[in-house]
Amino acid sequence: MTAENLLCMALIILLLPLLSFTINIFWGKRLGKKPSFAIGTTALGIDFILSCVVFYNKVFGSIETVANTDGFFKIFANDTMVQAKFTWFHVGNGGIQLGLGVDNLAAIMLLVVTLISFLVHIFSSVYMHDDKRFPRFYAYLGIFTFSMLNIVLANNLLNMYIGWELVGICSYLLIGFWYEKDSAANAGKKAFLTNRVGDLGFLIGLLMLYYVFGNWMFDEVFPAMNSQDLLAALASGEKTLPLGMNYGTYLTLAGCFIFCGAIGKSAQFPLHVWLPDAMEGPTPVSALIHAATMVAAGVYLTARIYPMMTATTMNFVAFIGAMTAFMAATIAITQRDFKKVLAYSTVSQLGYMVMALGVGAFTSGFFHLVTHAWFKAALFLASGSVIHAMHMSMHHAGEHHMDPQDINNMGGLRNNMKITYITFLFVTLAISGVPLTSGFLSKDSILAGTLAFADLAGGLGWLVPIAGFGAAGITAFYMFRLTIVAFHGKPKTEIAKNTKENSFRVVMPLVVLATLSLWFFYSFNPINANVGWFYEKVKMPAVTIPAEYQRPYMLPLQQVEAAPAEMQTGHEQHHALTEYEETMHHFHVPAMILSLLIAGLGIAFAFCVYQFRVFNADNMEKQFKKLHTFSFHKWYFDELYDATVIGFILFLTKVFSNFDSKVVDGLVNASAWITSRIGKISGIFDGVVIDGAVNLVANTTGALGGITRKLQTGKIQTVIIFAIIGLITLIYVFA
Amino acid sequence: MPQTFGFPILTWITFLPILGMIILALIPAGKDELSRDASKKYFRWLTVGISFVQLVLALVIFGNFDYNLAGINDPNGFQFVEKFTWIKANLPMVGSINIEYYLGIDGISAPMVLLTTIVCFVASFTSFSVKKSVKGYMAMYLLLNTAMMGCFVALDFFLFYVFWELMLIPMYFLIGIWGGPRKEYAAIKFFIYTFVGSVFMLLVMVGLYFTYQIPDPSNPGMMMHTFNLVAMLDPANIVPGSIFASIGSDIRLIAFAALFIGFAIKVPIVPFHTWLPDAHVEAPTAISVILAGVLLKMGTYGMLRIAFPIFPEALGYFQCWISTLGMISIIYGALCALGQHKVGKRDLKKMIAYSSVSHMGYVMIGIASMRPEGITGGIFQMFNHGTITAMLFMIVGVIYDRAHTRGLDDFGGLANKMPIYTGLMTIAFFAAIGLPGMSGFISETMVFLGSFQTYPLNTMLSGLGIILGAAYMLWALQKVFFGKLPEKWQGPWDPTGKLYKGDDVNAIELTALVPLAVVIIVLGICPSLVLDLMTNSVNHFVEFMKPFVMIGGINC
Repeated sequence: MTAENLLCMALIILLLPLLSFTINIFWGKRLGKKPSFAIGTTALGIDFILSCVVFYNKVFGSIETVANTDGFFKIFANDTMVQAKFTWFHVGNGGIQLGLGVDNLAAIMLLVVTLISFLVHIFSSVYMHDDKRFPRFYAYLGIFTFSMLNIVLANNLLNMYIGWELVGICSYLLIGFWYEKDSAANAGKKAFLTNRVGDLGFLIGLLMLYYVFGNWMFDEVFPAMNSQDLLAALASGEKTLPLGMNYGTYLTLAGCFIFCGAIGKSAQFPLHVWLPDAMEGPTPVSALIHAATMVAAGVYLTARIYPMMTATTMNFVAFIGAMTAFMAATIAITQRDFKKVLAYSTVSQLGYMVMALGVGAFTSGFFHLVTHAWFKAALFLASGSVIHAMHMSMHHAGEHHMDPQDINNMGGLRNNMKITYITFLFVTLAISGVPLTSGFLSKDSILAGTLAFADLAGGLGWLVPIAGFGAAGITAFYMFRLTIVAFHGKPKTEIAKNTKENSFRVVMPLVVLATLSLWFFYSFNPINANVGWFYEKVKMPAVTIPAEYQRPYMLPLQQVEAAPAEMQTGHEQHHALTEYEETMHHFHVPAMILSLLIAGLGIAFAFCVYQFRVFNADNMEKQFKKLHTFSFHKWYFDELYDATVIGFILFLTKVFSNFDSKVVDGLVNASAWITSRIGKISGIFDGVVIDGAVNLVANTTGALGGITRKLQTGKIQTVIIFAIIGLITLIYVFA
Repeated sequence: MPQTFGFPILTWITFLPILGMIILALIPAGKDELSRDASKKYFRWLTVGISFVQLVLALVIFGNFDYNLAGINDPNGFQFVEKFTWIKANLPMVGSINIEYYLGIDGISAPMVLLTTIVCFVASFTSFSVKKSVKGYMAMYLLLNTAMMGCFVALDFFLFYVFWELMLIPMYFLIGIWGGPRKEYAAIKFFIYTFVGSVFMLLVMVGLYFTYQIPDPSNPGMMMHTFNLVAMLDPANIVPGSIFASIGSDIRLIAFAALFIGFAIKVPIVPFHTWLPDAHVEAPTAISVILAGVLLKMGTYGMLRIAFPIFPEALGYFQCWISTLGMISIIYGALCALGQHKVGKRDLKKMIAYSSVSHMGYVMIGIASMRPEGITGGIFQMFNHGTITAMLFMIVGVIYDRAHTRGLDDFGGLANKMPIYTGLMTIAFFAAIGLPGMSGFISETMVFLGSFQTYPLNTMLSGLGIILGAAYMLWALQKVFFGKLPEKWQGPWDPTGKLYKGDDVNAIELTALVPLAVVIIVLGICPSLVLDLMTNSVNHFVEFMKPFVMIGGINC
């Protein structure tokens, strides 16, 4: 396939959802439900087919290497990326470029985004069927998919930032889709504002890069970071960095700032608070945006800026990820809302991916992104299926006050909803990391990566695998808690008892997604993903910053021995083994055994507590009262932020508003008052003193006038002379 | 006169409203109810017609604009130039007074001309909601239009000053007569505030007049003093020993500061901003639209055209302070806008007024950076703020006309009652918070790009404005549109059906809002339509200022 054709297809993939949005937002209401569903779904169906073609050709086929820089779109294609660039607008003597690129990462993400979006389009036709804003919903799904594809297909950071902001706004609109509910409107606002904090970091990172490189293209900026010219210019002081920082600090800060964007969007500690609230949105949205695609964009971004991450940045990323993975897992244990459990589980799994990228297990982190996308989307859609069934049952019973999402109102659903149960159970096995599932493969290699990191970094580095393994065990526990409480046992309410399995359009997406969680899609060896196509096609990108800022054990072995200080061009690094990779292989088996053991323990414990009731859950709750409330209240993050950041800002707004109306405006009014007083005083002065004097003079003159009357010459002439003198004075003053 | 194709287009675009005023004066206001209504209709459509012709003329200018010419300090770089002697008098003791009628535009003024016509055109529809003495209103409206346009095309300082002052008069009456409950206070405050600025400007202008001299075209071999703004940018024209002759002297710094304050009041930059919320809150909708859409830009335009290039070394001296003031404006304005949440009367219009302070702060940090990105972004932000805020004020006007209140707490759930209105408002609000795909995103990003290179710390702090900006905008959006509709708005707005047939926006309002929405989105996707106008001029400007000011970052 030629590069042009591939890019053309990518462009069509990008624009079709936008078309669906345009039609649905302007004419959706007039068209009605069925056509707007048909338009959205068809667009995404075509998108998915094209994505398959692009994926196959990019990952398994061969694309000719070209560089066509003649036209408006400049096309470049090499082994890693096929891309097009164009100048958006000119500024100064340069221009701001945008572009579109497909590499293996993007090709895989294309599949993930379009397939899940397609399935969600189908699923929503049932779930949202009774909603009066049905076409609007499909319009939003379209614009979201467009924005997300913008991130996926970006070959530069500006495109990513644009997509980033757009998905943020789509997320805002979709979380607040049922805006009549205050909680939904609030959750949307919270999500957007929390993300904005991260986005500001992203923006500052972009500004820092532009300061030095004047560009945001991946293939132009990253290689330039190690260019001799730049390093020489920096050393000689010819070029300076913002705030006079040195190059290492600059790179670290730029990386960390950009990663802030990922902290926001991927709901990492400390900005994770928005994601659980985002569950106010319709469940298909939660599956698409807040589980599989948008929240993974942060991980994708981190993977994209991998070539510029210094050792410090990577450590920062690793610890943020580990912290998030562990914290969110502990919160998920005690939540009662079906979707909240899954939400915290998402936060925790995203932490896993970020942690993986931070420790250096690049492929594993990205692999987990993909496997997680399938099984988490399946989990959410299954929860949607359950909630929908509960709703229907409530509707029939005429019950309106019960919470259909509270797992304590469910129970025994497995008898009524067989397909939902089986798919849910299977993907629960996948997320818990049980062999023969995709989750096992990806989680296992991440854990091996953390062990290798801890071994090489030593010291506090061991906290990362501890958090990782801890979270793995807890995940297995709470996921089975959820499964058992909701699906096993006896129905806890009449409503749960009368639920019915949903129609084909609901269960079909579940089955597809669950199937994709089988191991053989990624590697025929069910216990080792390293031999599969994924690890062969997705390789860690060459790190292009000077070697002194990288982790020593991430450098290619032979080069470290040969010339440690010498600048590396980066391209040879591709296939050279690093000490880290060797250690990771070494830890593969121990990590696998340990993770199996821990997951097994978690599952067994969940069965003991909730299925066989060896331990009484309520008693345990009482026994660990403090821990339980701490977890149930989500570590009190919301309360903390309300009291500190938000409280402080509200305080500031009060202070500033009062300052403005009292002090600044007060001064203005006071000066006006003083002026008018002076006017009055001068008026009095005028009346009494000046007029008095004038009158005195006049009287005197009058007296004298009698004497001088005879000396009087023509009156008119005098007046004219005085007038001319006055005019000249005025002109002189005002000229 | 090159490039004017034998037609004095700038004169026409400037003075056409005056012509309209004369026609307007000839139409009788009508004696009885019926004829009064009829003539009101004429007045309104006449204004629309005049503004439309202006818009067409602006598009002609846009279509014939030569992108290769730079302008700034090069008299041959200006386009559509009209130049002849206006007042020439010899006075005893003073010497000769030489005032030229000198019009022309370059890349800095061209976007402003375009903006003025767009805003005036849409605001003429918004003016339809004025019911009281329509004739007087429209006359003042047209006069204001001429004055604003004149400011942007004048290249003679005296002429500029005349237009600048001329603008005050209609504005004073428009607020003072057709305004809200505290209109007198607001009008006088506006007048005095701006007038104080004008006095500063006047003093500097006279000083500059005596500092510069050019060869007298009518008396070969003789020199004459001049108000020519282009000539003032050439140091060769300085009279040795005159008041502003020595570069870097204290008197020049003071003159710059005076001029700067004169313009800063108009922008407005904190702490000279308190006239703005009052003027906006009291002014009728269309006047708020003009005020925010065009008038505020005169301040920053004046800086770029007059204060900065005439006193470049003084700008170098104050540059960091100006950037800091811009940063303070951004955060201060945003906090005050958000403060409408807790303090005060929770007025939607006041919130948007404060958001103007914040958004004009972006222009300040952009142009203070002296980077091409920053200045281009600053001018583009002037343009975008003009269209976006115009739209925001119109939106407030729509709701105020119906409900006769603007209190943020009085509404809720309007999304279901007025879906089209909600859609338009969502576009405007998202544009104001800088969503990609809308013009505000590009200008904000470019301002940050430029500003970061010269003043990174200020820029990072200004970034907080983005978060706060999103906070107050989304909060207002939620208050007005989401949640449940209050009991009292359940029924139709106008039960008699005379004023408003449906609940949603009517055709006139749509005619005003939709063009702005289109401009905002088109420029968000194709910014080069406007950016290309200024690229050359801005580069030339930066080149001109380079020796005197701080320019950070990569070499430009």
